[in-house]
Amino acid sequence: MTDNVKKLICLVQFMILAVLATPAVEAQLEIEIISGNPSALPIAIVPFEWRDPSPPPITGVDEIVSGDLYRSGLFDPMDVEDMAERPVDQEAIRFGTWRLLKVDYIVIGKVRQPDSGEGHELIYQLFDVHTQEQLLSRITTVGPGDLRFGAHRVADAIYEALTGVPGAFSTRIAYVTATGIGSGSRYELVVADADGYAPQSIVGSPEPLLSPAWSPDGRKLAYVSFEQGNSAIYMQDVATGSRELISSGTGINGAPAFSPDGTKMALTLSRTGNPEIHVRDMATGRTEQITQHWSIDTEPAWSPDGQYLYFTSDRGGRPQIYRVPSGGGNPERVTLEGDYNARASIAPDGRKIAVAQGRGNEYRIAVWDIETERFTVLTPGKLDESPSFAPNGSMILYATREGDRGVLSAVSADGNVRQRLILSEGDVREPAWSPVIR
Amino acid sequence: MKSALRLIFALMIGLALVACKSAPEAQPEATPQPETTKPVVDTKAAPDARDYTDARNFDNPESLLSKRVIYFDFDKSTVRPEFRGIVAAHSAYLAAHGSARVTLEGHADERGTREYNLGLGERRGNAVSGLMSAQGGRGNQLTTVSYGEERPTCRVSDEDCWSMNRRVEIVYTSR
Repeated sequence: MTDNVKKLICLVQFMILAVLATPAVEAQLEIEIISGNPSALPIAIVPFEWRDPSPPPITGVDEIVSGDLYRSGLFDPMDVEDMAERPVDQEAIRFGTWRLLKVDYIVIGKVRQPDSGEGHELIYQLFDVHTQEQLLSRITTVGPGDLRFGAHRVADAIYEALTGVPGAFSTRIAYVTATGIGSGSRYELVVADADGYAPQSIVGSPEPLLSPAWSPDGRKLAYVSFEQGNSAIYMQDVATGSRELISSGTGINGAPAFSPDGTKMALTLSRTGNPEIHVRDMATGRTEQITQHWSIDTEPAWSPDGQYLYFTSDRGGRPQIYRVPSGGGNPERVTLEGDYNARASIAPDGRKIAVAQGRGNEYRIAVWDIETERFTVLTPGKLDESPSFAPNGSMILYATREGDRGVLSAVSADGNVRQRLILSEGDVREPAWSPVIR
Repeated sequence: MKSALRLIFALMIGLALVACKSAPEAQPEATPQPETTKPVVDTKAAPDARDYTDARNFDNPESLLSKRVIYFDFDKSTVRPEFRGIVAAHSAYLAAHGSARVTLEGHADERGTREYNLGLGERRGNAVSGLMSAQGGRGNQLTTVSYGEERPTCRVSDEDCWSMNRRVEIVYTSR
């Protein structure tokens, strides 16, 4: 019984949240590529045959997979209208035809109901058109209502098979929307699929919300809210909506960041008179001060091995990235070029650091290579900030401005492909890419 | 458009002046205590704009007490000389009224990162708080809150708007 009751409670909570949230987030994120990649791999995702007794979805699995691969910038999926044939089984593929159509890879598949009678099974194969070799043959099973998630999983597997890097299409993003000004302001913390679908407000407030940070299991979000008049850090369960006040002391309570193992949270507190990096033990609630300097020390980010905290400090006069052992110790400066480098996001391999880099009135996303000690500027500006690495390191999500409104964009880690995620209304900002949700 | 706004503004000022003028004329009736001579008459007269202990000056545009926003240079938290007088006026008021309380709301412009700007806003609030406590304000009268770049007064990406947003607002929670 308990499981069903739990499910019901979750469903009811979800519905309440959904009802509360709908008006503000009806507007879906719209994604378009603003600069593409001429060497994208041509691939054909043939429409999946629908063998499921439930009615077929409006957007087919193949469309979702094609969309994901296209947005990565590494693939050039073929239009369905251009497909001379639509094979479902391996025997029906005439590789010569696909070679003539200048396609390098082909994916075929079908959707059927699993033996359990619940959910969907996505059965698919990936072939190299030139060698006729089967590169992938898989069955992905998802629960009822999770067909889109299943399609993203298919895209993840194809991406990994062809690039060697796990895909990050079945992940989610969090961001903050802001509408109005002054007393008419409205802020929402929104969670959506990585392709912008299914946006859902998880908290709304007339006071500012900022700095969302995912727990490593992707189940919780920590964020800063001004709902009590001063900054305070909350931690909220994304699915149930239940939340916990983490910190609301005198001064700033900001910049939460979960440690990679989820047992600790780095945060910025200014109870000593100016902002310092602290680490909180999530089990005991004990908080330890890590930095001690009269400057602004903030925006902590963990190294993937949890050994170091990277943070922004203006102890040298202007904001730069420093790092300190996560148990405390002597901070050392990391970024050595530029006037203004702040808000570090660490690549999953720990070798690169994305920052918001300021020069005069221009702010761009730049990546610092820890080994070569060099910056690569990835975006054109003018007010780009809040970089957030995808969990596979392939893309960086960031906030930028179009005219006087904030929008989100994503840039490939090499800077070659950029795409824009637009919400039709208000400001969109503070993106945070979720970890891989298993 | 601009001239229309100016006209409306001028009309509003005109109306405000008329309203202020007619007020004292209507007052004599409301002064039925001639026995206690000077002080009572004084409360009905216009306050001395430079008497920063007089709460009526909060609404007197001639007085520095009516000015409650301090503006800052980019990435700086130094109170510029032209704003020292405003800070001194409010310090004098706080020194004279022990029960008065202010919150110093620190703000930054949109450039730079949000959490760093929270730090910057706090630094600006603390700069004003520091001056006030050096000039007679007591610690328990002064609270600093930073909103960083989260509560702009305008949302245009140019220096005019940015300069309006880099500010500390002196907010009285008790006078």
